Amino acid sequence: MTPVRFVRRALAFFAAALSACTTPRDATTAETVVRVQARRFEFSPARIRVRASVPTTLELASLDVVHGFSIPELGVRAELVSGHPARVRVLSDRPGELAFHCDVFCGDGHEDMAGVVEVTP
Amino acid sequence: MKHLDLSRRDFLSLASVGGVAFASALTGCARAAPAAPAVPGPPPSPPPLPSEDFFFLQLSDTHVGYRGDANPEAATTLDRAIGRINGLETKPDFVVFTGDLTQTTDDPAERRARMARFGESVARLGVKDVRFLPGEHDASLDAGTAFREAFGPTRWAFDHRGIHFVALDNVSDKAGALGKPQLDWLAADLARTPAETPVVVFTHRPLFDLYPSWEWATRDGADALAILDRRSQVTVFYGHIHQAHHHVTGRVRHHAGRSLVFPLPAPGSVPKKAPVPWDPSTPFAGLGSRLVETRGDDYPLLELPVERSSG
Repeated sequence: MTPVRFVRRALAFFAAALSACTTPRDATTAETVVRVQARRFEFSPARIRVRASVPTTLELASLDVVHGFSIPELGVRAELVSGHPARVRVLSDRPGELAFHCDVFCGDGHEDMAGVVEVTP
Repeated sequence: MKHLDLSRRDFLSLASVGGVAFASALTGCARAAPAAPAVPGPPPSPPPLPSEDFFFLQLSDTHVGYRGDANPEAATTLDRAIGRINGLETKPDFVVFTGDLTQTTDDPAERRARMARFGESVARLGVKDVRFLPGEHDASLDAGTAFREAFGPTRWAFDHRGIHFVALDNVSDKAGALGKPQLDWLAADLARTPAETPVVVFTHRPLFDLYPSWEWATRDGADALAILDRRSQVTVFYGHIHQAHHHVTGRVRHHAGRSLVFPLPAPGSVPKKAPVPWDPSTPFAGLGSRLVETRGDDYPLLELPVERSSG
């Protein structure tokens, strides 16, 4: 291996390692995985960043009561039961913002339980 | 109780106590006006006026127990509306509350206390026949248990003066679905109802996808509409969205009623759903109840705003 190729490979390795630290990747699908927690009456993170045309898996966990997770524009939804993480796949080819919300009534404040998927180019 | 054979002018004058509201042309919403004849001739015959015309009243989203800036007069708003209704010259045959009678609470005892307070106010209505549907604030946290204790079944049907009325529960399931058992019940109920009988449906949430991002929809509403659309005369009155709204899907007409706590913005008109702020210069703006006249399968509406001086 030439020095140049060695440096390139090393850089690629470190870039991949850095990416893995900030954005977990699912071992079986190689898709980006973002973990989202739900509790009355908020999602964390409430702003989820994904890249356009890149499939992303959201791993959703409720920390208290039953919640819902719905992105009407994508027809994506899941029911979130504490202790049973759910997964949904998000794929959008258009940059922009997609609203998501809890669609299982969870109490006074339920209407505020919402967030945004930011689709970047 | 007067038997009603009223012209539109009579209908408008009904609400003259305390000021006239506006009438929503329900017919105009649901049907195109008849086209002008191509050649001069006698005007088309007016639709037959059934002898069984009557009125009923829709109230919705009273949210007893609400405390917030969106309505600093929340504790008196329902009573003001009841005062206005009791001042009508002609009493409606019945009154229906289309859900969210109370503001939700985690405390089951407080939930029941709020329902009791609501019941005390409603007892002052000068109408004997009062019917109730739950909203998600009443029923979603306990699957309708407290509601049933206070007000009876969450779904029901009855016949009145030639119209079949059906109430559907799309809130006791906290995901906002009717569920297959209820859909089967609806189909069986309508199968027993003669095809020519007009049907009026009451629900809390809209049965169609008005604006799903704000939960202005019913998870399996399309299944209900598929059942309802087999009939030629179906009209749905619902609440939930805190504003008057009119829409048609297939052969089914849908009419949302105003709230008695605070108005909400038009569907999708703002990035985040939030109550329209209270304006001290126009208190109670956008709040009210609704008088519904039945004329065959037409239902002219008269919106009755809450007024500062009423109550």
